[in-house]
Amino acid sequence: MIGGLFIYNHKGEVLISRVYRDDIGRNAVDAFRVNVIHARQQVRSPVTNIARTSFFHVKRSNIWLAAVTKQNVNAAMVFEFLYKMCDVMAAYFGKISEENIKNNFVLIYELLDEILDFGYPQNSETGALKTFITQQGIKSQHHTKEEQSQITSQVTGQIGWRREGIKYRRNELFLDVLESVNLLMSPQGQVLSAHVSGRVVMKSYLSGMPECKFGMNDKIVIDKQGKGGTTDDSGKSGKQSIAIDDCTFHQCVRLSKFDSERSISFIPPDGDYELMRYRTTKDIILPFRVIPLVREVGRTKLEVKVVIKSNFKPSLLAQKIEVRIPTPLNTSGVQVICMKGKAKYKASENAIVWKIKRMAGMKESQISAEIELLPTNDKKKWARPPISMNFEVPFAPSGLKVRYLKVFEPKLNYSDHDVIKWVRYIGRSGIYETRC
Amino acid sequence: MPAVSKGDGMRGLAVFISDIRNCKSKEAEIKRINKELANIRSKFKGDKALDGYSKKKYVCKLLFIFLLGHDIDFGHMEAVNLLSSNKYTEKQIGYLFISVLVNSNSELIRLINNAIKNDLSSRNPTFMCLALHCIANVGSREMAEAFAGEIPRILVAGDTMDSVKQSAALCLLRLYKTSPDLVLMGEWTSRVVHLLNDQHMGVVTAAISLITCLSQKNPDEFKTCVSLAVSRLSRIVSSASTDLQDYTYYFVPAPWLSCKLLRLLQCYPPPEDGAVKGRLVECLETILNKAQEPPKSKKVQHSNAKNAILFEAISLIIHYDSEPNLLVRACNQLGQFLQHRETNLRYLALESMCTLASSEFSHEAVKTHIETVINALKTERDVSVRQRAADLLYAMCDRSNAKQIVAEMLSYLETADYSIREEMVLKVAILAEKYAVDYSWYVDTILNLIRIAGDYVSEEVWYRVIQIVINRDDVQGYAAKTVFEALQAPACHENMVKVGGYILGEFGNLIAGDPRSSPLVQFNLLHSKFHLCSVPTRALLLSAYIKFINLFPETKSTIQEVLRSDSQIRNSDVELQQRAVEYLKLSSIASTDVLATVLEEMPPFPERESSILAKLKKKKGPGAVSVNELEEGKREGGELNGGGERGGDNSAIATSNASTPSPSADLLGLRAGPPVTAAAPSAGSLLVDVFSEAGVNDDGFLSSAPPSVVSEDPAPPLPESNELLNKFVCKNNGVLFENQLLQIGIKSEYRQNLGRMYLFYGNKTSVQFVTFSTTVTCPGELQSQLNVQSKPVEPLIEGGAQVQQVINIECLTDFSDAPLLNIKFRYGGALQNLTLKLPVTINKFFQPTEMASHDFFQRWKQLSLPQQEAQKIFKANHAMDTEVLKAKLLGLGMALLENVDPNPENFVCAGVIQTKAQQVGSLLRLEPKRASSDVPINRAQQ
Repeated sequence: MIGGLFIYNHKGEVLISRVYRDDIGRNAVDAFRVNVIHARQQVRSPVTNIARTSFFHVKRSNIWLAAVTKQNVNAAMVFEFLYKMCDVMAAYFGKISEENIKNNFVLIYELLDEILDFGYPQNSETGALKTFITQQGIKSQHHTKEEQSQITSQVTGQIGWRREGIKYRRNELFLDVLESVNLLMSPQGQVLSAHVSGRVVMKSYLSGMPECKFGMNDKIVIDKQGKGGTTDDSGKSGKQSIAIDDCTFHQCVRLSKFDSERSISFIPPDGDYELMRYRTTKDIILPFRVIPLVREVGRTKLEVKVVIKSNFKPSLLAQKIEVRIPTPLNTSGVQVICMKGKAKYKASENAIVWKIKRMAGMKESQISAEIELLPTNDKKKWARPPISMNFEVPFAPSGLKVRYLKVFEPKLNYSDHDVIKWVRYIGRSGIYETRC
Repeated sequence: MPAVSKGDGMRGLAVFISDIRNCKSKEAEIKRINKELANIRSKFKGDKALDGYSKKKYVCKLLFIFLLGHDIDFGHMEAVNLLSSNKYTEKQIGYLFISVLVNSNSELIRLINNAIKNDLSSRNPTFMCLALHCIANVGSREMAEAFAGEIPRILVAGDTMDSVKQSAALCLLRLYKTSPDLVLMGEWTSRVVHLLNDQHMGVVTAAISLITCLSQKNPDEFKTCVSLAVSRLSRIVSSASTDLQDYTYYFVPAPWLSCKLLRLLQCYPPPEDGAVKGRLVECLETILNKAQEPPKSKKVQHSNAKNAILFEAISLIIHYDSEPNLLVRACNQLGQFLQHRETNLRYLALESMCTLASSEFSHEAVKTHIETVINALKTERDVSVRQRAADLLYAMCDRSNAKQIVAEMLSYLETADYSIREEMVLKVAILAEKYAVDYSWYVDTILNLIRIAGDYVSEEVWYRVIQIVINRDDVQGYAAKTVFEALQAPACHENMVKVGGYILGEFGNLIAGDPRSSPLVQFNLLHSKFHLCSVPTRALLLSAYIKFINLFPETKSTIQEVLRSDSQIRNSDVELQQRAVEYLKLSSIASTDVLATVLEEMPPFPERESSILAKLKKKKGPGAVSVNELEEGKREGGELNGGGERGGDNSAIATSNASTPSPSADLLGLRAGPPVTAAAPSAGSLLVDVFSEAGVNDDGFLSSAPPSVVSEDPAPPLPESNELLNKFVCKNNGVLFENQLLQIGIKSEYRQNLGRMYLFYGNKTSVQFVTFSTTVTCPGELQSQLNVQSKPVEPLIEGGAQVQQVINIECLTDFSDAPLLNIKFRYGGALQNLTLKLPVTINKFFQPTEMASHDFFQRWKQLSLPQQEAQKIFKANHAMDTEVLKAKLLGLGMALLENVDPNPENFVCAGVIQTKAQQVGSLLRLEPKRASSDVPINRAQQ
């Protein structure tokens, strides 16, 4: 039961203020600004209690979104709503920035009226919302009666995320597996912590009300099948299967079926949506290995050598590789030599940034830098922050493989084979750090 | 100061600052700063030397970054380099950086101090000033150490420029404030005082701040400044407004200097020299006269300056408090200000008048303004001014105008600001009590007070009413009548119900004759309020009911009915339930005689300082009243309230012994038991319950005094006294005993067979102990073994005080028991009696003996008879620590012999017990076994 929702710019000026319940007054707007945005100490908790009022906030670039309530709400629900709200806004007008919010404030109020009612979250499915909240204001008034009744039945019906009577000439389906791999490694190359958080994002252009079934190399499913089948097969497939630690699904997925058979079947929304999110921590393929070598030469000099090794099939190409080597706070000059790519000392970020456009698998590259230091008064030692890395690789570091995606549409006359399906894997770096 | 030329405007700095200001976000700002820091670092690191200008520029940038809240850990060296520059701007920036960012880095401090020393010894006044400002801004102990000797010399040197003298005086003041022990004026004193005669007004103004501060610390040394100050003041006061040129501020000659002079004079008593005094009085009169003159300017600065001097002069007059004429004139002047349209002036006038009111000379004069002050209280818009008005009314109140003032304050209370209500209530209560001519007026006033501002009436106020009513026979009837009437209001405050319940319970019989206030009417009236009250009030009402049963037997059945109802006898609150059960049984079992004794009228309270006054003191100044007084207020309240119960309880004990066969041993045995529930109240256990109330229900509402058995015979020793005794086996000093009232400290010394023990009795309360007496006895055969003589102790211990008693002990022969110390005293009328064991044990008379290894073992083997040896094996309770063990053994009194036993783990001791009859040598061996942590002790005795 969200009492109100406010959007602020970085200065704390209110851009959007929507109050749903009487217990939230206008002074709540100021309370949040004074106690959180303009607080002397940076507020790190996303939940702040001020005068028996709870403020839940998320920050997108320079924009603060704050949900306010006086009641004891489910905080996870509120945050889920706030993230959803960000997604909806992004789907309507792209990047969430002060300018975009100012330009679309009528739309935002309209959206807020729709997705929250008396503080209770309603339908926040972008596809569904777009059918009746459009950005072309005048056009939308030309809905026929039929269309309007269709919208009503859809919004109030069982399948709120898809309307009936969609037709495409070409039935097409795009599936992206997007993963971000997080790593913390010791200087000696020992993995201290590693996990992959992944998403399966889909874009579907299918006619009618199709029933889809998604299959991947989930360990539990494979093992189950292995038990039924031959024994020697299970050993082989067990190696390729992955253990998923936890996952969440889009509302269209039938959870009962997942619980009983662990099969993912659903009637997809039209257009873009995120089918599932998951996390794995076992058997992660680390695409890059960073080997740092730091040598302090006296008080005024530091020698750094970093080697990166790519650790995947030579036929694949990693892209947008960036290595960030932090420099001490008293750096007065830096000389860099690198074999590949470009490296530069960025004083404003206190780091050497080394960029490589492309790199094939099973290769290695090296950078060496000489850092001159200014002797300082304070004796405290440089903390040596970890070296971080960014990259993009065309495979899933978790090892996830899409086994099938079947489409059934019993009413219309197209079969699974007629659907054009595209699958893509992208692995990105999350927080990928190596201590030095 | 040299003007900053155009070329010195640092463009790089300006660009940097504007960049920072244009940053859209915090992150962007940090990026820009990081970039700039890297740039500065590379510049400072660079091989080619920087010129003064760029050094200054970069140091400035660093300073700016630091002021934005970022850490700066370099650039100090460059800043120190700037100090040696010859250009003013560069030096200035260098000093600025140093005074903002200095840290106690030893090598840099040396360099900085060197640079400062150079500048101080230079002939250039601006450089000297910069250096002095830096010293003052840093003001650290290191600075004081380095320069405290130098600065007074600069201050008094004949050839120093005036501007430097000013800086030096203020710098010295700052150093004196931070480390007074380092600034020694000694030889400079008279020359500093003579700065008051300096030609330059600025120097005088600066010097006078220093002198004021110094003379507050050691007034005698600076006594001579009084006459100088007076003459200086008279010169300023009598000068025409144009005489002082630069130092005339809106037609007022040197207002700051005048104020400081007047303030300096307030550090001293009136001058004894007649001529000086005459001159000063003349000055003060002139100042008062000037206040009457029409203003020379309409500007607010003019009147502010003039009034500042006037108020300082009035403060001085009040401080002297010896010139009736001046005091009255000052009062009249303030009277005029009371009606001034400037709020600040009214505030100041009220504040000054408050102090004036306490002077005997001007008290009457202040009283003439009563109407204006009352008016101010009512109409003033600013709450702080109203507060001052209330303070003044309180201060000017005496017997003649008390009624008027109290009435006014009461009527104001209805509309008073919430922030000052509580204080007002206390003041009204105090005034009413202090100046009460007839106590019916007092009772009226307080009841009114409770009616008007019940929420703000603290416990102390109504406790006090009851104390006074109980102590004065003449108002009891009137009080009963008034509270009865007050309670008839449909809604009355809980405090009123409390007062009502208490007074009607005590004195309801005085108005029972009137049919309109017959006992039943009284009871019904009280009971109608019962359900709206909180638990403590209900408990009080229940006590009132049982008193009703005693006063009016005809109400017995009604009240029993009430007590019997489920809402009382099965109340979820233990206190209420217990009271209901006990009172019900008490009323149904005890005979009327017993009832009458149990529920006798309260005895008068002992007179003591009003607790309300203490409370007001606490409100006024946290430092003024100690915590003790505060506690006293609470305790007094508890006592007052619990007094009735206690009287009842004690009598109930007596009854139980007399009328029922329940054995008194049981009584004691059950005492500490949990409160018995109301389920099965048999006659025997009921009385035990009644008794246990005093012990169990120590909730502050009942008696908070310790539940000691009150009798004249020495009490049996406290159960914990053995434990207390063990504490002192191995030590001689410490705290022997402590409870809420009393602390007993002990200090003892022993030589041979003689011992002397100092006992310190500390009164922890703020109430005095009377008939304090102690006796030391040796029970049984100890009498023949130990000779104990105690000196008598004073019978009276003031609150918070400590008395000492000396006890001489002589050991006649060996003994095993400990002498008993019995202490008796009266605390607030109640007899306290406790007995402790004195920590005198045989080992106190040990004389350590040193002996060699073979000697020891030879003797050890000689002691072979069974009665000569004792061995004990015991488990160590704690982990064994060699150092602790050693300390314990040494504390035992024997000598610890090193390198005697072949096993270094063992401890070996030897000593001689000195008694008058004989000397007993004894040897001890302690063998700790770590594995089993058993400690066998061998001890042999001869």
